[in-house]
Amino acid sequence: MSHHLVEMRGVSFRYPDGTAALHDASFRIVHGECVALIGPNGAGKSTLLALINGLVLPSAGEVLVGELPVTTRTLAQVHRTVGYVFQDPDDQLFMPTVFDDVAFGPLNLGLEEDQVRMQVDRALQTVGAVHLAQRAPYRLSGGEKRAVAIAGVLAMAPSILVLDEPSSGLDAAARRRLIGLLASFTHTRIIATHDLDLALDVCTRVLVLHAGRLVADGTPAAIFDDREGLARCGLEPPLSWRRRD
Amino acid sequence: MSRVDAALRDLRSLDALAARDTPLARVDARALTVTTLAFIVTVVSFDRYAVAALLPLALYPVALAALGDVPAAALLRKLAVAAPFAVMVGLFNPLLDRAPMAIGSVDIAAGWVSFTSILVRFALTVSAALLLVAGTGMNGLAAALRRLGMPRVFTAQLTFLFRYAFVLGGEATRMATARQLRGNGRPMRLAEAGPMLGHLLLRAFARAERIHQAMRARGFDGEVRLLGGRRWQARDTLFVAGWCVWFALVRTVDVPQWLGWLMTGAT
Amino acid sequence: MHMADALLSPAVGATMWVAAGSVLALSARRLDRQSDDRMVPLMGVLGAFIFAAQMINFAIPATGSSGHLGGGLLLAILLGPPAAFIVIASVLTVQALFFADGGLLALGANIFNLGFFPCFLAYPLIYRPLAGDGTSRARVVAASLLAAIIALQLGALGVVLQTIASGISNLSFGTFAALMLPIHLAIGIVEGIVTAVVVLFVLRARPDLFAARTAPTAPLGRLLITFAAAAALIGGVLSWFASGHPDGLEWSLERATTGEAAEEQGVKAWLAQAQQRVAILPDYDFAAPAAAADSEPGTEAAASWPDVKLGTSASGIVGGVLTLVLVFVAGTLLRRTRRSASPPAG
Repeated sequence: MSHHLVEMRGVSFRYPDGTAALHDASFRIVHGECVALIGPNGAGKSTLLALINGLVLPSAGEVLVGELPVTTRTLAQVHRTVGYVFQDPDDQLFMPTVFDDVAFGPLNLGLEEDQVRMQVDRALQTVGAVHLAQRAPYRLSGGEKRAVAIAGVLAMAPSILVLDEPSSGLDAAARRRLIGLLASFTHTRIIATHDLDLALDVCTRVLVLHAGRLVADGTPAAIFDDREGLARCGLEPPLSWRRRD
Repeated sequence: MSRVDAALRDLRSLDALAARDTPLARVDARALTVTTLAFIVTVVSFDRYAVAALLPLALYPVALAALGDVPAAALLRKLAVAAPFAVMVGLFNPLLDRAPMAIGSVDIAAGWVSFTSILVRFALTVSAALLLVAGTGMNGLAAALRRLGMPRVFTAQLTFLFRYAFVLGGEATRMATARQLRGNGRPMRLAEAGPMLGHLLLRAFARAERIHQAMRARGFDGEVRLLGGRRWQARDTLFVAGWCVWFALVRTVDVPQWLGWLMTGAT
Repeated sequence: MHMADALLSPAVGATMWVAAGSVLALSARRLDRQSDDRMVPLMGVLGAFIFAAQMINFAIPATGSSGHLGGGLLLAILLGPPAAFIVIASVLTVQALFFADGGLLALGANIFNLGFFPCFLAYPLIYRPLAGDGTSRARVVAASLLAAIIALQLGALGVVLQTIASGISNLSFGTFAALMLPIHLAIGIVEGIVTAVVVLFVLRARPDLFAARTAPTAPLGRLLITFAAAAALIGGVLSWFASGHPDGLEWSLERATTGEAAEEQGVKAWLAQAQQRVAILPDYDFAAPAAAADSEPGTEAAASWPDVKLGTSASGIVGGVLTLVLVFVAGTLLRRTRRSASPPAG
């Protein structure tokens, strides 16, 4: 159970040129939680996600994934535990075909070919993209690319899923499929998003980031009820929340 | 911008031809590659004045186009458009080589004969190359080259280049179109193209950085691993052997001449 | 311009493939040894950049024609010679396959002409020593211009030699070179300018991208040696033009047409006129038709402009290749002495 944990203890991060991106962030996410990370542009959401996956290392404080501190030496394990879905699927679908791309992770893990094929098939089935297996990425729609990107990450059997703006650029149908998919997962999920309605539909906890600081941490209801607090961060409650009045 | 768009459309359409299930696509990519290379070598091995003797070789591209369901019109259009440097250079032959050659009972300057030969060579070799891609697709071809022994770095580079040509081409198109819409009909100047290229390049670097992160996040250690490909089958051997026999035959026996003799019974 | 299958003989095509293939294999091995996993995505994306960039046409002032970036030199500046060579090879391959640019047999020649010269000669021997660490804009522009011009001249020369050696075209070395080299001089100037503009732009925005690649500004003495070698090469090429021997093709033409009907003389006159228009160098002089018909084969006609006799054209080509090899060797030796004198910059 412990490998589903994500924890930050007093984490700060500063870019090489000196700009501070994150200041003294602390939180603890446990097994199976689905957490939305919200905040205006430039608040530090992407930085925070990058720290979870070890893409960058903190200037101060500690990041723990599955009770393992994230350091240069533990990166390989961290990458096995955390499945990271990037904001632009084109950055992530770099192999010639969908099948090759989803197989990329398992192959790097050293699995045997038949095992790899099994993992790929299962992942593609989960996201409903089996019919796309032999397609080249440039022939996929935005929603299809997103689904395949998720499959590519699922195929590595991670315990934690991190998604950066997963619903951006999707049409209504693709977005609805994505929400259904995310809701069906049992992994620990951390979703950075501007799509607050998605956060409402899928997540049980919301972290609010503003100017590099974690300013709120609570249930969706508590966070979205606090209009003034949201407004101070340049945010609004989701439409579906406002409409229910 | 129409040039980039047109180029990307060409990439897409040719590659898409290979994705369909046709008899041509079922031939192993390695077999098709090797046979096409043998074909091209055969074509260029004829002497400069060969014209009629080359024609039976046209059977190969014609057959491939048929097997691959490639529309002949599209193929011919591509031939016509391909800026034929060869044709421009070849055009000098009639100017320089005026020695008379007997064609039947007519005397033609040899230069025209060799120019015609150049045109035939051009049509044959270029259509063979296009049909190769139409039969294998870029990725299939890269995989075939890898299995035939080309360096991995190179074949991996081909697939990555192909993959991102569309992404970067799209960015270039959008940038160029945006400039055009505010350009008031003026063609692009170097002073505009320079920074545009610079911006595209910076974005390319940023994207490469993100892709690298995505690769590391899924366990990349420097080696691009791929699944095993299709097995070589007996019919692939038949394909290569059969065509090579035909090429050898055409090379050694002047088939049109022979056919002519057959028809007319003359010596 | 690209070499084409239609102008190629199997021997020349195969030779150039061996040449290109060897450089490719060596570059691949060098990259494997460097084992920088950033290279895989970077090379792919930059290849796509070059591919896209080549379609962005801009107007060249005062000519009414348009130009575009070639990219060989720029890639070498950004990636270093072995990676740049592989990227160029991949771009040319895609162009050969999808756009019928050249041909598959000619691909070897094209990869060599458009890849080897900018990446392994022009960049390390001319651009890098001259441009130094990139702080002086003037030096970057000058280095870029010189490197691009020389690289394209060599590439054009390669096409000419390969065409002549194949024997499918009737063009003589002199005529063909007179057509190709001046055009590629203009193309080289454009390439140099565009490359410099892009390099300066990127240098200002992301100086970190060049950190590993810039060399300390080379001492003047070594620069002079490099330029002397380049000058020797160019001089050797030009001397072929200046040679007083009658053109091989015209010589054989004279032989072929001696004693023929008057009709042939008419043809010769027309041919002479055509060549007059084609020739660019001023002291070109074609033997008058009447005189040609009378003269015995082998008589030295007055100041014939182009160069190499048919019988010696083979040795001329060998000489050309040898010169290039010597330049390359000289450059490599130069680099070794520089490396031992100063610590490598990466």
